[in-house]
Amino acid sequence: MSTPLRRIQRAIDQPWILGVSGVLVVLLAWQLIASSGVVDRLFLPSPAAVWAAGSAQAHEGILLKDALASIGRVIGGFALSAIVALPLGIAMGSSRVICQLLEPLLGLIRYMPAPAFIPLLIIYFGLGELPKILLIFIGTLFFNTLMIMDAVKFVPTELIETARTLGGRSGQILLQVVAPCIAPQVLDAYRINMAAAWNLVIVAELVAANEGLGKRISLAQRFLRTDEIFVGLIVIGLIGLAIDLGFRFVMKRSCAWAN
Amino acid sequence: MHLSVCGISKWFGHGSTAKLVLDNISFDLHSGEFVALVGSSGSGKSTMMRLVAGLERPSSGEVLVDGKPVRGPGHDRGMVFQKYSLYPWMSAAANVAFGMRLQGLAAREVKERTAYFLEVVGLADAARRLPRELSGGMQQRVAIARALAADPKVLLLDEPFGALDLQIRESMQEFLHDLWRRTGLTALLITHDLEEALLLAQRVHIMAPRPGRLVQTVEADLDRSDLAHLRVTPRFLELREELARSLRQLDAAASAPAS
Ligand SMILES: Nc1ncnc2c1ncn2[C@@H]1O[C@H](COP(=O)(O)OP(=O)(O)OP(=O)(O)O)[C@@H](O)[C@H]1O
Ligand SMILES: [Mg+2]
Repeated sequence: MSTPLRRIQRAIDQPWILGVSGVLVVLLAWQLIASSGVVDRLFLPSPAAVWAAGSAQAHEGILLKDALASIGRVIGGFALSAIVALPLGIAMGSSRVICQLLEPLLGLIRYMPAPAFIPLLIIYFGLGELPKILLIFIGTLFFNTLMIMDAVKFVPTELIETARTLGGRSGQILLQVVAPCIAPQVLDAYRINMAAAWNLVIVAELVAANEGLGKRISLAQRFLRTDEIFVGLIVIGLIGLAIDLGFRFVMKRSCAWAN
Repeated sequence: MHLSVCGISKWFGHGSTAKLVLDNISFDLHSGEFVALVGSSGSGKSTMMRLVAGLERPSSGEVLVDGKPVRGPGHDRGMVFQKYSLYPWMSAAANVAFGMRLQGLAAREVKERTAYFLEVVGLADAARRLPRELSGGMQQRVAIARALAADPKVLLLDEPFGALDLQIRESMQEFLHDLWRRTGLTALLITHDLEEALLLAQRVHIMAPRPGRLVQTVEADLDRSDLAHLRVTPRFLELREELARSLRQLDAAASAPAS
């Protein structure tokens, strides 16, 4: 094989190069279609127009304000869900009785789409922050709990029994064997369900909110500002990606043994 | 130290599916003795070991350690499982230290004893490595060091080398024999491997299957100063053949239709 070919081969082996190329191809296609004039500019703004709309929003400060509002709701609702799911999932994973008591219930609620709770939440709690945070809580609690439960069930019995033969008491085993053993799966469950939380906050804001990225999109729709809708979508995607990468980073750092 | 297994029986399951796995088993183990338990697969050897460890409760009979009945697992009975059971997130040293930490030993003592027992199993250099960076044989040596470091009166070994390939197995047998000679430990070894049983144990109990019971005890008072040589001495081969014959007969009897 000649050297340039081999160099290309080596570049392709870097996973991120392929990923970036994929994005670039889509951007290029977008630019080509937009500038060819096949599609009405009202429906498909050019990348430059979207960038301009984005900078304008950033300049006025609404972009940051919207992003912070949405992120705040996600953090509030998801933190609540993560904190409740952890002991609940561990209890279900380690006690047959608790598991049999709760699993059918959670299995059922899991199939109720969280957005379907929005009308009820609005009736109960009005249009403020609470219903949005609760929506995220409801929408992620059951997945978090069931995934943590599974992680606990798959802790190898030898690891627990070894600790018992070494003189470990149940509290010690929970904190020093079960907890570190499930940490990678718990973080991964949080990472996956965080994506759901991020989707739900946008849905909640589309329905009713004063600010937030979802709210901005629905306002933009009213004024036919597709460029602003594109800005909203791209920013939502980027923040979601950043959260995902953040989780992966923490996982790589704290659970190196599991890779 | 005196371990006494007194008339133990064990049933699994209830009602019509109940199954007698161990039938009225008794034997004794004194300080410094190395005793092996052999029997075909499913004869209840592991169940026997788990009862001694306190991980399982007998349906009738008792296990006594120095006259006191066993009520549950405790660090006076160290256990090494066939499956690799090191904590994958802990270094070799942290694994060895784990039992002592559970028992609340002072940090300095933990450190000293950890270093000592890693030395004993010849793994001082591997102290900081994670289990997945160790070979199977090294992992089992760490598991043995971990059990010993918790200061057990008796070491329970359930096919500790069953997952290792032949060559490593032989060197592990030499290692264990050497360890026994140097430290004067007391051990109960379960194995499929008759050669292993005769090499290491002064007494070999044979278990018959369905239900598991002790049918024969072979005293193996052999000169163990040179294991490699011992393997090929006529006396050794004769004893091994005797054990093999007994096991074959038991299996034939067990698989023959009941008259
Ligand atoms: N928790 C349990 N519930 C029901 N049956 C069990 C349980 N544990 C073991 N048994 C049964 O008891 C019998 C003996 O099992 P055990 O694992 O003690 O045999 P073993 O001699 O160690 O076999 P091997 O050499 O394959 O390890 C088997 O038939 C097994 O199916
Ligand atoms: Mg077994």
